[in-house]
Amino acid sequence: MEVFLQNLLNALQWGSFYALIALGYTLVYGVLLLINFAHGDIFMVGAYIGFFVASFFLGKYAFHLPLDLPPSVIFLLTLLLTMALTSVVGVTLERVAYRPLRRKGAPRLYVVITALMCGLLLENGNLALLGASRRSFPELLPKAVYDLGGVSVTNIKILVIIAALLVFVFLETVVRKTKLGMAMRAISYDRMAVPLMGIPVDTVIVFTFVLGSSMAALGGVLFATAYPVLEPYMGALIGWKAFIAAVIGGIGEIRGAFAGGFLLGFIEIFVAAFFPSTLRDLISFSILLVFLSVRPTGFFGVARATKI
Amino acid sequence: MLEVKDLHVRYGNIQALHGISFTVKEGEMVALLGANGAGKTTTLLSIMRLPPPEAPLVTKGSILYKGVDLIGVPPHEVVSRHGIGLVPEGRHIFGNLTVMENLKIATYARKDPANIQRDYERVFGLFPRLADRKNQRADTLSGGEQQMLAMGRAFMSGVGFILLDEPSMGLSPLLMQELFRVLKELNEAGTTILVVEQNAHLALRYAHRAYVMETGRIVMEGPAQELAENPEIKKAYLG
Repeated sequence: MEVFLQNLLNALQWGSFYALIALGYTLVYGVLLLINFAHGDIFMVGAYIGFFVASFFLGKYAFHLPLDLPPSVIFLLTLLLTMALTSVVGVTLERVAYRPLRRKGAPRLYVVITALMCGLLLENGNLALLGASRRSFPELLPKAVYDLGGVSVTNIKILVIIAALLVFVFLETVVRKTKLGMAMRAISYDRMAVPLMGIPVDTVIVFTFVLGSSMAALGGVLFATAYPVLEPYMGALIGWKAFIAAVIGGIGEIRGAFAGGFLLGFIEIFVAAFFPSTLRDLISFSILLVFLSVRPTGFFGVARATKI
Repeated sequence: MLEVKDLHVRYGNIQALHGISFTVKEGEMVALLGANGAGKTTTLLSIMRLPPPEAPLVTKGSILYKGVDLIGVPPHEVVSRHGIGLVPEGRHIFGNLTVMENLKIATYARKDPANIQRDYERVFGLFPRLADRKNQRADTLSGGEQQMLAMGRAFMSGVGFILLDEPSMGLSPLLMQELFRVLKELNEAGTTILVVEQNAHLALRYAHRAYVMETGRIVMEGPAQELAENPEIKKAYLG
């Protein structure tokens, strides 16, 4: 029983990471029908920006803050500032890479390929700029381990899971209740009619990238807090997996990103619990492959005439 | 109020409008008639400034609205700043949103919250069936109801001038009459209207004036009643 609960907790934590990244894929797909393959690397960029921001606040550079901030405040500031800065990166990608193609009416396949290239650019740009050495994320929150009847729980795990749930509630509210959220849903149904409502389409698209990138940044900082090793390719595999999670959940649907993210988390953790961990990805993705062949649109997705 | 002068428009290499000129005065209801491919929809899209690939390219001429040239204005500003709305051909309602959300989203750029409430009541007064289906997904509505929603939505965007593209398409004769009655009512309450129609009979009964288009040119114009009695029009459009 303890083993099961322990695994459950780990699965929830991993599911939260996948969900936070899967959101970015699903939001952008919902609005632009574009699979933004650079998104996993936005997660990586978020973790790195978080690293520099945290180091800055900790006074590791020439500049020192005039007052000493408690670690929790530094953590919160790091989180917010990182989300803002990573959004700038996400929006920049949209401005310099995707928007010009959209203006020219390029077929979506070309935009997807561009997204792939943007991802490689971010990875290798980081490599060129910062070198191949790994960096270790500063410990902002002192780790606390609680023992609940044989199940060990860390404060960070709890934080990650709560953050993911809060993000879910927040995004559902934004998309259901605000006019910008309605515009996001409206665009996916009929892009042509959106400007007729007096709504600038580009504003909605930028807003979508801000949401997706800031959630990836949140995921990046939380991930680095839990697993404090940063390297330029850290976003690649987890990004692919989160993308698969988004598809499993039904891409374009926010609750799908969460359902898919948590499902993937559960499958991975429980497969690793019963089989050698080297077989983890092989077995878990075989399961997902079978799932998709039965339900190709995922949990919540609806069939559309065209994808990609 | 709207003054289109010598408008030349093309899609790629195909010249769609060969220098048309017409005017719509404040408070008028004007019909734009003609067969398929005459350039009626192109004319409306040119006024709305929708971006490519939906919209045609204006190569010559001007579109003045209240003295301002609309060429170069982005489409959302044509709606929010200049106050011109379009009920597009095929309705283009947001099927994945509820009826109420469809109306609400149209108020996005409005800055007069006091009037918005009044306008909702106005729309539900004109189209009681929309009030009954308020919380239903819009793609569950019938064709006629979707047309009502598209019109209600244009009205909710707070514009003083509404362009309509084939509002009667696919509707029963009874519903067509009802829609045009509502249009007339809106017009009498102060909204200027330019309606593109293939059903000339219907349009000429309700409009003040009309223009007739043929292959990218305006070939006839005049008061609606006069046109309705014109033997050529009778032969070509009124059967």
